[in-house]
Amino acid sequence: MTHDADCEKCEELLQGYLDRDLSREEFLVAEGHLDGCDYCRRRYRFEEHLRRYIRLSASERMPAGLLAKLSELRGPTVGF
Amino acid sequence: MSESGAAEPEADAGRRIATEARERVRFEEEALDLADQVYRVARRMVGTREEAEELVQDTYARAFRSWKSFTPGTNMRAWLLRILTNLNTDRGRKIQRTPDLQPLEESDYFLANKVAAVDGEQALEEEQVVERLSQGGVVDALAGLPHDFRDVVVLVDLGEFSYADAAQILDVPIGTVMSRLHRGRRILKQTLAEESIP
Repeated sequence: MTHDADCEKCEELLQGYLDRDLSREEFLVAEGHLDGCDYCRRRYRFEEHLRRYIRLSASERMPAGLLAKLSELRGPTVGF
Repeated sequence: MSESGAAEPEADAGRRIATEARERVRFEEEALDLADQVYRVARRMVGTREEAEELVQDTYARAFRSWKSFTPGTNMRAWLLRILTNLNTDRGRKIQRTPDLQPLEESDYFLANKVAAVDGEQALEEEQVVERLSQGGVVDALAGLPHDFRDVVVLVDLGEFSYADAAQILDVPIGTVMSRLHRGRRILKQTLAEESIP
């Protein structure tokens, strides 16, 4: 397991990379490093899985009946 | 045809009312189509299902009243969430300030490193490696985040809003969104690591 200064730089770019919020230069730095570094690539993949898992775990669909309650809040119907 | 007599302006007014009613109905239908997505975000911003339902109902009541202030063609989901977070703040939630910040692991690889130490480096490649963190644990960890951080994490990571939308919804600068997001995610990962990995 190697973890050098390039890995540290890559780690700093992790969040922005997954959020697609890197400048072109930063993106190329991350991609270039990930190409040759298993250590960082695995951690990026892990973070990606983690995000998906968090979204899945925390996502709870609207309870039955709520939509009907919301519909009742609509304005008066006007014939037209 | 020249406009003469009193009947003509009345007909104009009638047409205007009918047009407005149609616009309102279209607005309401579009808003209702987004209800499930709005609820999913709301659910993680408050403690219970009942509170979330109430908050979403209050949001829609206000949205339907002030539908004319929505600019057609702009992001309605963000507009609704803006109302929702304002209402949530009005409920006095902001009184609870962000508590003293716990020291944080500086590394973004922290959780992955911990998992790798237990399950091995190769395990990080596997999709199911995160399942060692229970779904309930994720929900609890999210609920345990200080509000300011939680709102941003919920909007971006659950609601899939851009930084810019989240900034607009919460009425804070985009830099604040980014710093809260990064810190919130780190707290989340730290909690998950502490709860789930021996």
